[in-house]
Amino acid sequence: MSTTTTVLAAVGQLALLVTLLGAAHAPFGAYMARVYSSPRHLRGERLWYRLVRVDPDVEQHWRTYALSLLGFSLVSVLALFGLGRLQGHLPGNLGFPGLDPAGAWNSAVSFTTNTNWQWYSGEQTAGHLLQMAGFAVQNFLSAAVGMSVAIALVRGFARSGTDARIGNFWTDLTRSVVRILLPISIVATLVLVANGVVQNLDPHSAVTTLTGDTQHVVGGPVASQEAIKELGTNGGGFFNANSAHPFENPNPVTNLVEIFLLLLIPMTLPRTFGLLVGDRRQGWAILGVMATLWASAVALTTWSEVAGPGTVPQLAGAAMEGKETRFGPATSALFAASTTGTSTGAVNSMHDSFTAPGGGVALFDMLLGEVAPGGVGAGLYGMLVLAVVAVFVAGLMVGRTPEYLGKKIGRGEMTLVAFFVLTTPAIVLVGTAVSVSVAPGLLGIQEPGPHGLSEVLYAFASAGNNNGSAFAGLSTGTPYYNTMLGLAMLAGRFVPIVLVLALAGRLASQRTVPASVGTLPTHQPLFAGLVAVVAIVVVGLTFVPVLSLGPVVEALS
Amino acid sequence: MTHHTTLTPPQPSTRPSGTTASAPLRGARQRSVTWAQVRAALPGALRGMDPRTLRHSPVLLVVEGGAVLTTVLAAASPSLFSWLVTLWLWATVFFATLAESIAEARGRAQASSLRATQRTTTARKVVAPRDTLASGTSLGELPAVEVASADLTVGDVVVVVAGETIPGDGDVIEGVATVDESAITGESAPVIRESGGDRCAVTGGTVVLSDRIVVRITNPPGQSFVDRMIALVEGSERQRTPNEVALNLLLTALTAVFVLAVATLQPFAVYSGARQDVIVLVALLVCLIPTTIGALLSAIGIAGMDRLVQRNVLAMSGRAVEAAGDVDVLLLDKTGTITYGNRRATDLLPVGDAGEAELAAAARLASLADDTPEGRSIVELVDHRSDAPAGELPAGSELVPFTAQTRMSGVDLPGTPGEGAVRLRKGAASAVQRWLRSTAAQPTAETLDELSRQVDSVARTGGTPLVVAQQLGDAPARVLGVVHLKDVVKDGVRERFDELRAMGIRTVMVTGDNAVTARAIAAEAGVDDVLAEATPEDKLALIRREQEGGRLVAMAGDGTNDAPALAQSDVGVAMASGTSAAKEAGNMVDLDSDPTKLIEIVEVGKQLLITRGALTTFSVANDVAKYFAILPAMFVGFFPQLGLLNVMGLHSPESAIVSAVIFNALVILALVPLALRGVRYRPSSASALLRRNLCVYGLGGLVAPFLGIKLIDLAVSLLPGL
Repeated sequence: MSTTTTVLAAVGQLALLVTLLGAAHAPFGAYMARVYSSPRHLRGERLWYRLVRVDPDVEQHWRTYALSLLGFSLVSVLALFGLGRLQGHLPGNLGFPGLDPAGAWNSAVSFTTNTNWQWYSGEQTAGHLLQMAGFAVQNFLSAAVGMSVAIALVRGFARSGTDARIGNFWTDLTRSVVRILLPISIVATLVLVANGVVQNLDPHSAVTTLTGDTQHVVGGPVASQEAIKELGTNGGGFFNANSAHPFENPNPVTNLVEIFLLLLIPMTLPRTFGLLVGDRRQGWAILGVMATLWASAVALTTWSEVAGPGTVPQLAGAAMEGKETRFGPATSALFAASTTGTSTGAVNSMHDSFTAPGGGVALFDMLLGEVAPGGVGAGLYGMLVLAVVAVFVAGLMVGRTPEYLGKKIGRGEMTLVAFFVLTTPAIVLVGTAVSVSVAPGLLGIQEPGPHGLSEVLYAFASAGNNNGSAFAGLSTGTPYYNTMLGLAMLAGRFVPIVLVLALAGRLASQRTVPASVGTLPTHQPLFAGLVAVVAIVVVGLTFVPVLSLGPVVEALS
Repeated sequence: MTHHTTLTPPQPSTRPSGTTASAPLRGARQRSVTWAQVRAALPGALRGMDPRTLRHSPVLLVVEGGAVLTTVLAAASPSLFSWLVTLWLWATVFFATLAESIAEARGRAQASSLRATQRTTTARKVVAPRDTLASGTSLGELPAVEVASADLTVGDVVVVVAGETIPGDGDVIEGVATVDESAITGESAPVIRESGGDRCAVTGGTVVLSDRIVVRITNPPGQSFVDRMIALVEGSERQRTPNEVALNLLLTALTAVFVLAVATLQPFAVYSGARQDVIVLVALLVCLIPTTIGALLSAIGIAGMDRLVQRNVLAMSGRAVEAAGDVDVLLLDKTGTITYGNRRATDLLPVGDAGEAELAAAARLASLADDTPEGRSIVELVDHRSDAPAGELPAGSELVPFTAQTRMSGVDLPGTPGEGAVRLRKGAASAVQRWLRSTAAQPTAETLDELSRQVDSVARTGGTPLVVAQQLGDAPARVLGVVHLKDVVKDGVRERFDELRAMGIRTVMVTGDNAVTARAIAAEAGVDDVLAEATPEDKLALIRREQEGGRLVAMAGDGTNDAPALAQSDVGVAMASGTSAAKEAGNMVDLDSDPTKLIEIVEVGKQLLITRGALTTFSVANDVAKYFAILPAMFVGFFPQLGLLNVMGLHSPESAIVSAVIFNALVILALVPLALRGVRYRPSSASALLRRNLCVYGLGGLVAPFLGIKLIDLAVSLLPGL
């Protein structure tokens, strides 16, 4: 393909994608706002509440909300761990044995934390039961947990003097699954199947290829997994090759549908936020920051993959290593920027083979803390926390003590925000530093030198930020990495969640201060720009030293 | 035909020192830092380097820890580079403590001039049983003993005569005197202090110029307002304010992030085969953590309090200063703040067959013995006429004082023989009409009609109509006309209120006037809202209502009945001339007793917060350039391609690191004057302020260190061995 055609195709698919997202924005955002604020329960939901014996109408204190969430997630981890360990003894295992303890732990944590880091090859490790009853169920539930936390934080801003009550976890969780994730997944599955994604319950079948060799072809409930994998920004592929596999993502149409799905909820939640706090402009500002960061990442990645700087791509004529010919560099770049920006972690190309700047952008996207636009729910609450940081400094510059959406940002709020901002960098930096210092960590590195450092950093950035995308190149299926990355995922998910819920409780207790012309306007482009700068500067200043020894050295080589 | 003359009101006399621009506190406002202040601050700065004092500032503690570490390392393997870095790290800590110490020294300089008023004086204490003191009159006649002012206790009663210094804070319980309060307020014009009412408070250290007053001491020695003021400006009573604590938390978090980033850098460096010198890592850490704002944070707070003191406002806590920046609603007393305070006669409107000259003469006579400001203004108005009647009240005249029942005052003249006595009355329309009826007067319907027309026309414009009537002998009384009394709005208040509106602050005028009058004045002055016929309860209720809506309210007050509202408001400024109850209830005291000061207080609060935000932004923005200086310097020896990042073209890795450290230290010194003065603040909307400050301190903070580090590097590169 000539460069002009490539660029045209890149612009065309981007325009189509943005149009689709734009069309869905207002109606879907309003729908989600109704879902989370409606007093009515569906009949099926009521039945479910009676079954699990919860009162869906009781308003929970943030502590109760957090404990419910943690308890639920603990049960999820244990159930998934059990399923993985016992796979050999359960039906529908396609003959695969149980997972080893470190592997089962890693997968259990990985899917419960919405990370979907996969140390294994799906088609060689997990049977249909583990895929469907284990991983797919968690794909729904972990996404719903993230959305619930985001909505709880939004309620904290929207409410005034409510004694730290921020909603009901069980109701939020149930509605996220029943009213949002399930219906869209069903439609999306049908669309994917119609476009050639596989959906069956077949065991492995052996076929004879044209050259006369025997090849094992794996079928399975791929399309249904694929839909929620993208919609819930999970990213755990049915196959090892993830969305690069032709059964998961056969053509540019399914590719575009998948990118649309993974951006849909993160890009629309700001609308829901705006509606719930009673000022749509606030939602626009947050969306503006997310969209700008995402668009910059897309532009940068596309440029670097299409232009292909570096010796090898220049000699080969294009940066096609690790990319599918049916997608090409631009489509792969769009997917890469979207999947790392949304904490999805699905890949349709191997990021390890990207050009140095392209891989660097993917890495930076994750280090941003998954806010561009971030995972379902996690992106919104991450961005709101960054907005609070921006408000704290900028608010002082207008001569008032800082306030955001009518809530004062005082000592207590700042403590929670400070710990939130500290958590993931600590996990990523300490995890990477330990791994490049100890023997079991060094063993996994394929390529020594700066690229090896990038690989390890990428793995911990991915796990700590609950992205799950893999750089490849690092052998992570070892007990050491399974344990360490599992810890990183667990801490990277639940420590921020608890801090956010505590923040929501504090905010909900506060009385709302009415705005005046003396109040810092948080809906204007100036403020949105400031939030973006805060996001980049906080991340930049934290990670520049290690980045300069990894991707920067590589890029300048 | 009715004709009347409009006279320009004579320049009204203002309240004591009631000008907007308050006089500076004994000497000039301190604008810049002088060498004398720096010298005075040196010992304090050295004491401040004690790690125990630094524990409140984790940023500086980290710097000092780093300095100790590099000192040990430099001593172990000395080199010019390691000693230079060590020296400048110590300088960084020293500059930080120096900034705070200078702020305190400036406070002390003000305090020492205040302290001059705190000489122990001799007091003449009245000796009498407690209950006599509590209830008695003519206390000044009782026997008194001389005691030292330091020995006075609360409740003691002292007599002070002209030429003597008032021995302590208290309330005047008997007499009236002029007092020179310039020692406290810097205002040279003497003020009146009298028993009862809202002008009864006197301050220790001020001098009685005339007459004699009896004062009951209300504050024990050592806890007078001046003492508290000294303690505050000296910083000994300074507590960190909520926003300062929260900001310190953010700085601590940033420090933690950078400690993490630098501590993990060594493993990465070792992995990459580029092990780093610990001195270099410490230098990087110190450059990255927000030392600039960390060093200046306390100085900014102290200077904020100091700026209030320079405006003669004494804040009881730093918290109140911060709250002042957040104020949404200002409750302003009409009297003294918006208007000159006293209604003044501006017009004479004759009614019926009375001529204007007749009305003028009668109004003048009726007011000659009336010592109220309104009465004096009538005399002044008439005396400014070309046909001004002259003469004093004839002997034997009898003053009829104003009472709440009659709502009228006047004078009974002995009259000429044959005509009998002449009674002159002036007062509210209804009261005078009642009096007219009591004399069996039967004014024509025409006259009554004209009267009510004139009265209405005055009332409609917010003025107060004063009806004047006259009775000759026993004949029925006759109405002569109406005097137009008017509140005169102060010059420039309208502009101030416009500014406040631009800042997002709503002004509410509080007045005892009726709604019509109040609204007329409000429209003239340009306030946003009016609380008319306000009782103290109404005021309190208004404050509560605003606060329930989440707004912060500021008000000024001086009377005892203001105390509940002062206590309820978020920023309550009591007038120094006010009652002790008011001063105890408020969280600030204005020594000039100028209610317009409220606006300045809000500005000082905002400026304090802006200064903090601006320097934080500047400090963080600085880091970008420091990375560009230090990172290539650290690794260029191992990865030559990183030389590309040396965008400043710094001489050598060593000179780059030393230059960054020197810049980091010097920028603290360079910003001390700004921290003390506060950043420029002009009232404007939040978005305008944000845009401006982001440009100046955000972009400035980004660019300045590139230039600064490069310049320092040019100098440093001249040193041999770097």
